[in-house]
Amino acid sequence: MILLLIVSAVTFGIFFLLPKLAGQSSDQLAQQYIGKAPTAADIAAVKKNLGLDKPVYEQYWDFLKGIFVGVDYKFGPDVATCHRPCFGYSFKTHIEVWPEIQSRLPVTLSLAAGAAVIWVVSGVATGVLSALRPGSLFDRAAMGVALAGVSLPMFFTGALALALFTYQWPIFERSDYVPLLEDPFAWARTLVLPWVTLAFLYSALYARLTRAGMLETLNEDYIRTARAKGLRERKVVVRHGLRAALTPIITVFGMDLGLLLGGALITEQVFSLQGVGAFAVQAITANDLPNILGVTLLAAFFIVLCNLVVDVLYAAVDPRVRLS
Amino acid sequence: MTDSDDLTKTTAATDAAAPAAIAEPVAEGGAAPTAFLEVRDLRVHFPTDDGVVKSVDGLSFKLEKGKTLGIVGESGSGKSVTSLAVMGLHRASRQQRSKVRMSGEIWLDGQELIGADPDDVRRLRGREMAMIFQDPLSALHPFYSVGQQIVEAYRVHHDVDKKTARKRAIEMLDRVGIPQPDKRVDDHPHQFSGGMRQRAMIAMALVNNPELLIADEPTTALDVTVQAQILDLIRDLQKEFGSAVIIITHDLGVVAELADDLLVMYGGRCIERGPAEKVFYAPQHPYTWGLLGSMPRIDREQTDRLIPVKGSPPSLINVPSGCAFNPRCPYADIPKDNLTRTVRPELRQVDNGGTPANEGVAGGGGHFSACHMSQEERERIWTEEIAPKL
Repeated sequence: MILLLIVSAVTFGIFFLLPKLAGQSSDQLAQQYIGKAPTAADIAAVKKNLGLDKPVYEQYWDFLKGIFVGVDYKFGPDVATCHRPCFGYSFKTHIEVWPEIQSRLPVTLSLAAGAAVIWVVSGVATGVLSALRPGSLFDRAAMGVALAGVSLPMFFTGALALALFTYQWPIFERSDYVPLLEDPFAWARTLVLPWVTLAFLYSALYARLTRAGMLETLNEDYIRTARAKGLRERKVVVRHGLRAALTPIITVFGMDLGLLLGGALITEQVFSLQGVGAFAVQAITANDLPNILGVTLLAAFFIVLCNLVVDVLYAAVDPRVRLS
Repeated sequence: MTDSDDLTKTTAATDAAAPAAIAEPVAEGGAAPTAFLEVRDLRVHFPTDDGVVKSVDGLSFKLEKGKTLGIVGESGSGKSVTSLAVMGLHRASRQQRSKVRMSGEIWLDGQELIGADPDDVRRLRGREMAMIFQDPLSALHPFYSVGQQIVEAYRVHHDVDKKTARKRAIEMLDRVGIPQPDKRVDDHPHQFSGGMRQRAMIAMALVNNPELLIADEPTTALDVTVQAQILDLIRDLQKEFGSAVIIITHDLGVVAELADDLLVMYGGRCIERGPAEKVFYAPQHPYTWGLLGSMPRIDREQTDRLIPVKGSPPSLINVPSGCAFNPRCPYADIPKDNLTRTVRPELRQVDNGGTPANEGVAGGGGHFSACHMSQEERERIWTEEIAPKL
């Protein structure tokens, strides 16, 4: 329930505020839609068609209706049916927003999911190993690399990776995105570089997070109890230590993944991937409000969704959170 | 090997003033032990940036099966460190091993533990020796059910399937007095009350029938009403299983009824040791007097306020020279030649004309105390000044 309220508040906020932030009146919006120098009659017609002449709550209602049931736009005798979920039409290309986003989603999903797997596994593993021997050579080296990973921006590491592995030594050639189901090998091949680069950025953070969490957890009394049982140290660390240290990592992971699913803007730019992030950048550059509205809403949706999943995971991991 | 060199050096430096009196009895590589648990000249040191923390510095005791030893002392006296040393919990992980220096001997059932491979000691943990801790809420893992944790403890040492182990867990929970054990077995620690948690802890510790049970402040975190129940439970189970029990506490009241022998620790050493009733009713060390004086008792008429032991526990990095208790001891000036401040007193047998506690391990029977005052003086002070006030 609360979730739905948040979602609706977010949608309305975006819907209501975006044009204002862009500093546009409904006239200007209509003008954008037409594109060329319009006459006053054109503007009035478009405003009527798009419903821009209605009060804002009605517009919002229509907008919501569009998302859930679809909308028919009438252009004189023509009727354009915008199927649900309908976010309207692009001002610039006059293409429906949702199919455009939909076609780009697989790219973003592939990018985010692949990178997430890499960064969680490598980050957590590094963090655990570091925590087992704090101050050791491995620990210092790992934390040094992690510091670099946290500090180096994507547009630097990404460009560097491209320069090295695509141009200097052409191991991963540039190619367009290949759908997973079409050719899994080619799919992975095109994505390896962005995955690793993106994962490097995040795994650094996760390694530090895991290390700190583990160091704290390993001092807990229940770790001593686990050792007193005669458990092997490996089991003590993984079953008792890591399990408890995982909770804060899950939280951060939910947020990070949610953000990423809304489009990895810089990564997609650097690696010329046609994902949602690239779409968002194009929409913003073109000041294409329906598109911006669409991707923003999608991003918000993913964040809310991921947080919901995190809450569920919490309950699975920590029995104290479960409702009795 | 550098470890032992280090220890010798530090000991020599501190005790240079009176080497003869301090020299620890010859027990190195000594004969096989006679008792079930025998600790000889145990030293547990932690090197830190500020210096070496000598948490335990030359401790010896014996314990037979079926008997209970109470180790008493204030915070930082080395009691917990001692118990963790016996359990091998200072050397369980690589990180721990890098932080501790241990020497001496710990013989458990004919097996020496300090020189043993940590993995061999691990195999003994939970099976031969088990431990229960002060705060059962933090000592139980919050994410696993009580049953899971007991099952895990059982299956470390028994090659059985989960079902069998679960049956065993329920049986143990029933044994320690948890109602509806077949239902509560799936509860998590936060769903248990404090006393129940400690019961579950005990069930977990005893699931493998260990021969040695160490209880580190088992009742400190519990309600007063529950304390007695838990102590009764420990005593009953000890009778049933015939295990040796070490109870560590700062509260003399806890061990008053339970312990056969008492060992009073101060500054990482034993300052008095003997049969419980002797240490209780004829204590021979000013620090023990202090402990008794600061203990509320309802079996005697309270004529005065509690008498606290003045001052604070000694630094374990720079232990006071001579008797570690001398800065706080009201009788420090009685022995001649400033002896209290220069020479560390040896443990001497009280009830046998002051024979030194040779080998430092003569556990059975004797009453020992480490004080420079003559026995006559101590007995006079006890009977005339201390006992009437208690």
